Amino acid sequence: MGHTDHQDDFADAYGAIAADNDEHRWAFGSGFEDPLAGVDTSVPSGVDGTDLATYCLMLGDDALILSHRLQEWVSWAPELEDEVAIANIALDLLGQARLLLARAGKADGSNRGEDAYAYLRAAPELRNVNLVELDNGDFAHALARLLVFSTYRLALLDHLRTSRDPVLAAIAAKGVKEVTYHRDYAARWMLRLGDGTEESHSRAMDGLAAVWPYVDELFAAHEVELRLATAGIGVDPSSLRAEFDSVVAEVLTAATLTRPADGRASAGGGRSGEHTEALTILLTELQGLARALPDATW
Amino acid sequence: MVTAVHGALPDVRAVAETVTDPELPMLTLADLGVLRDVGVTHTGTVVVSITPTYSGCPAMDAMRADLRQALRAAGYEDVEVRTVLEPAWTTDWISAAGRAKLAKAGISPPHLAPTRGPGPVQLDLGTTVRVIRCPQCGSTRTEEQSRFSSTACKSLWRCRSCLEPFEHIKEI
Repeated sequence: MGHTDHQDDFADAYGAIAADNDEHRWAFGSGFEDPLAGVDTSVPSGVDGTDLATYCLMLGDDALILSHRLQEWVSWAPELEDEVAIANIALDLLGQARLLLARAGKADGSNRGEDAYAYLRAAPELRNVNLVELDNGDFAHALARLLVFSTYRLALLDHLRTSRDPVLAAIAAKGVKEVTYHRDYAARWMLRLGDGTEESHSRAMDGLAAVWPYVDELFAAHEVELRLATAGIGVDPSSLRAEFDSVVAEVLTAATLTRPADGRASAGGGRSGEHTEALTILLTELQGLARALPDATW
Repeated sequence: MVTAVHGALPDVRAVAETVTDPELPMLTLADLGVLRDVGVTHTGTVVVSITPTYSGCPAMDAMRADLRQALRAAGYEDVEVRTVLEPAWTTDWISAAGRAKLAKAGISPPHLAPTRGPGPVQLDLGTTVRVIRCPQCGSTRTEEQSRFSSTACKSLWRCRSCLEPFEHIKEI
């Protein structure tokens, strides 16, 4: 086949991308640059680096695992606008996870990159709360979880803006802007469902009932959280409960929904590495390629 | 940081300021407020600082590569691109020129970012009516379709006068 101008255009277009030999133009695969490149990541005085890393994993794993659950919604959401919204929320959370996991690697002295944490830890090493790992259920269930999680996380990040760790404070300040939109999105959907038809109301109630046994865990302080709160680095989650209750009450009232009875699913918790079977299954998918082909780049 | 005079090489800041955003190519990184600092160390390394618009912005790696490539093409071999997280990016940093370019491209530029009072972040259940002008026909008879759109920084709107959809850079 002879060369045409058209083919040359394609050859040039490919050449233009390939010529600078800079693979970072491609946003695929592994080998992303360190999201904290150039950021001063020294550990503040008076805090144990391992504690700080564990705390970053708690907040990072919450974001990583819920991001994965939200990604599972892509191509299943009820409307195109919601596909896009859910994908954007998942992307924001993935970005927060990348920063936090990278910060963990700088804090514990291991200098591990974000991928080592995301792809090479087994379920008991993850520190996320159980709420985020549960199977998706139906759309109302997913939105009930997103409302609960984003209300909790927004309160948490808002308090972390004044952390003595400047890296955590900066990640939190940025995250507040993002999660404000996530919470509004979930709240408006709960409004539509709760104050919609009999069917949507009952599904919203079922969704709330399914996630509510996992709410108490969010506010039960782990010893690492308590130590970091004392050191002015972290937040004691029990101090966030009043704000959470007030926001959720505002949404549920507007949505004509009633708050389920309190009661905790289990005594254990994800902050200590105790997880449900759902996380093991999730990690099989999330980590399968990276574990099958160690050090693969593409 | 001091910008050194590099013989016959073009001004390093001017070169960095020509690099455009990968997802909003009508804007430079400078227009967008993502380009925070450009300087040259005493050993001759060009140090460029950029800040992400959103935590998950997938374009950060492309921005770094584009900055390095533009500076290399201008004769600066030793380039380091640093991430700055603080203060967090706000749409208020989009320049007047950037806003004009957005409007010309049919994207509604952001209003002033909301300021916060004391206390917790307020919930917005959608009761606040916001006036966003259609970038195509100028009508203010517009409605928000979704607060999320093709990229994290935009919301999706529809004009009820000309019936065209358009995107609005949402204030953060």
